[in-house]
Amino acid sequence: MKRRWINLTSLFFTVLTGLACLTLTLIVVLILGNVVRYGMGHISWAFLSQAPKSGMTEGGIFPAIFGTAVLVLLMTVAVVPLGVSTAVYLQEYAPKGSRWVHLVRLAIQNLAGVPAIVFGLFGLGFFIQFLGRGLDKIFFGGTLYLGQPAILWAALTLALLTLPTVVVATEEALRVVPQNHREVAYSLGATRWQMVRHVLLPQSVGGILTGTILAVSRGAGEVAPILFTGAAYFLPYLPTRVNHQFMELGYHVYVLATQSPDVDATLPILYATVLVLLALTFGLNFTAIIIRSKIRRRLRGR
Amino acid sequence: MKKGAFLCSFLFAVFPLSAAPTVTLKGSDTMVILNQRWAERYMAERADVVVQVTGGGSGTGIAALLAGSTDICASSRPMKEKERAALEAKTGRPPVEISVAKDGIAVYLNEANPVHELTLEQVARIYRRKVSNWREVGGADQKIILYSRENNSGTYEFFKEHVLKKKDFTPYAQCLPGTASVANAVARDKRGIGYGGAAYAKGIRFCPIQPGDGSPGIPPDEKHILDGSYPVSRNLYFYLRGPAEGPLKDFIDFVLSPEGQAIVSKVGYYPVRPGNKK
Amino acid sequence: MNRPPILEQLIEWGIRVSAGMAIAGLILIFVFIGKEALPLFTSPEARQEASLSKLFVAQVPEEGEPPGHMWQPVSELPKYSLWPLIIGTLKVTLVALVFAFPLALGAALFTSEFAPPWLREIVKPVIELLAGIPSVVLGFLALIVMATTIQDLFHLDYRLNTVNAGIALGLAVIPIVFTVAEDALTAVPQAYRQGAIALGATPWQTARRVVLPAAFPGIFAAGILGFGRAIGETMIVLMASGNQAIPSWNLGYGFRSLSATVASELGEVVRGSPHYHVLFFIGVLLFIFTFLINLLGQVWVGRLNRKLTGKK
Repeated sequence: MKRRWINLTSLFFTVLTGLACLTLTLIVVLILGNVVRYGMGHISWAFLSQAPKSGMTEGGIFPAIFGTAVLVLLMTVAVVPLGVSTAVYLQEYAPKGSRWVHLVRLAIQNLAGVPAIVFGLFGLGFFIQFLGRGLDKIFFGGTLYLGQPAILWAALTLALLTLPTVVVATEEALRVVPQNHREVAYSLGATRWQMVRHVLLPQSVGGILTGTILAVSRGAGEVAPILFTGAAYFLPYLPTRVNHQFMELGYHVYVLATQSPDVDATLPILYATVLVLLALTFGLNFTAIIIRSKIRRRLRGR
Repeated sequence: MKKGAFLCSFLFAVFPLSAAPTVTLKGSDTMVILNQRWAERYMAERADVVVQVTGGGSGTGIAALLAGSTDICASSRPMKEKERAALEAKTGRPPVEISVAKDGIAVYLNEANPVHELTLEQVARIYRRKVSNWREVGGADQKIILYSRENNSGTYEFFKEHVLKKKDFTPYAQCLPGTASVANAVARDKRGIGYGGAAYAKGIRFCPIQPGDGSPGIPPDEKHILDGSYPVSRNLYFYLRGPAEGPLKDFIDFVLSPEGQAIVSKVGYYPVRPGNKK
Repeated sequence: MNRPPILEQLIEWGIRVSAGMAIAGLILIFVFIGKEALPLFTSPEARQEASLSKLFVAQVPEEGEPPGHMWQPVSELPKYSLWPLIIGTLKVTLVALVFAFPLALGAALFTSEFAPPWLREIVKPVIELLAGIPSVVLGFLALIVMATTIQDLFHLDYRLNTVNAGIALGLAVIPIVFTVAEDALTAVPQAYRQGAIALGATPWQTARRVVLPAAFPGIFAAGILGFGRAIGETMIVLMASGNQAIPSWNLGYGFRSLSATVASELGEVVRGSPHYHVLFFIGVLLFIFTFLINLLGQVWVGRLNRKLTGKK
């Protein structure tokens, strides 16, 4: 009798925790469903390829898509080399278990926990006020050229924010490269850098790619860090220089949701913009998930 | 492939533009839509000039003018003495002020609210939470839900100065970014009250202001704003570092031309009388 | 070992330097937001308007009114009390955790203890997708889609209230709580479970008596890290909180969080004014607070790993 009761309890909790999973799945489906349902109707080639018109109530979002692309491209150029070399150092160069390694790891984990808005403050205080103004004073005789919000500063701010993502993913990839591959390379007379360059990096491409994709996805969705570092409400041209301001999808969602002159007219555009942003981040995350599961399967297959 | 070709052509179309004469216009969020429409129209007519519009607020615009990073500062409030002095110290000449449009600050009520009109005194008491139930101003027995603007907007300051007579807003007012959010919130809230420029949302109406002498309330429409009888209206300004020349002057002439002023009416503001150029 | 060529030495040197970037980044962040907040302590002009005591002690708003905690930086008499902002931030964070923690922990338990492997392969990507939703999108959903429903459901005075923002914030917190808790649960060695099952325990008894106690530090850390994530979140609270700077714990009212205050006011503020310094000071507070929270979380995770691997 008691046995059965215990089994019922077990069943009950299995169902309960299962329901938690189901709830989370439903939430994701609901969010996606809602955005697709109301946003899909407004998506068209014209919407994706035109600039906003008549005070954001007509036209499209091409400048925001373009700005986002350039932003994450600049960010990637800055963050990937830095993140990968940090991971290589931690895994291959640093004496195992040294205090310094511990400190670097701690810093990376803490960097991942710094609020996005603090990155925004930092971008303004360091990149724009200190670095930008400083460079202006040195090279341009004090005319404002770099010392103001610009796509370069926004990208660098995001690069710092996404650094932990790239480091963690690359480290994971380096860790699973079998030790004997390293030994074989050394026994053939390779230097440490040659070993890293020709053995480790080619084998960890998948991990690095995963990290990069996740970083891009995060960078494309973060709005708080770019509020004061370069995002603009509306620009009649695309950013073609690093000191230009830019329009960005996430910021555009924020602007449309809070500051449009005619709420009812804007709602379809707003939904469609959210859909484009979600499609972008979901698509990227999904790609990362697939790459990762492929890598893991290959590992298990060995 | 086609996409790539499209992008390339787009880039090439844009590249020469960055070398074209540019007019930068920074400032008030209230005016950003208006500025954008002016820029759109003007660039359609003169393909060789680029007008770059960014918002950020009147304060930001004035700071940018001071720093020399913008040609025009759009401001929904007159410049403060301090700011004028700072600019003059920097450039050696007084800044040029041009009124480019008029704006009436409307008080928004929900369509279903039985309150027909309010005096300015009543509006002030509501926003200072001296009155917290609609019953006290002739409405239903319901709590008043206050919507206000963020404390950094020109509209907030203007309303504080002219309606609240410089007293503080109650902290219970919800501060929303942008006139649209306020209009939208009142549209969804039967007990709500808000204020801002003439924004459009289904479900709100502009509350006529009762002068307090028993005569009918005055609505914020073009007639009453232009003849000055609607009590809460303001000028919207452009500020320049000095007298305008070249493309800058051309753009400002366009803004003040009948065509430019027609855009003002379309966006929901009111044209300035011709010939007010200082 | 022959000496590597000069280029390689340069590369190795570069790798070493880049590893210091994370540390440099953290230090720079602290220095540069601290620098902008410093005048609150050093400049008499700034102190007159916003000294440290004025940030925390009740102020008299105007003649004949009782003193209160006000955040009114734009006023004849600017008032910078941080209490309303701190209370608002804590209020919404607690709602978010009450919503998120049981869900995330339940899901983590299910995937690590009860679910068949094929189901696990579905749940984890779902959580990753949830993590991939930008916070501005969650803010949009809370503001446009959820707000009215929640107001009607709970009969609340305000459309933009703490419950609504808290649930949206909870969605942003779930992934981190789930990930850390699930890591902690799966770190518990299989031998523990097999031992319990051999003694005739049901899966639930195993989970409750063996796995959960063993993984407790990690689960505690999950809660702590979730708390830290919620404190610093900006866009959701900026869009869906109503930004009322009131020192009230009432969940039916809105609130104004520390992060949203910085986000909405910094763009407009006059550089170098006391208000500007106070906003950076809020940034410093957020930075230090989340930093400590993260350290605490990491200490607990480390403790768990030592405990389970038996290393001292």
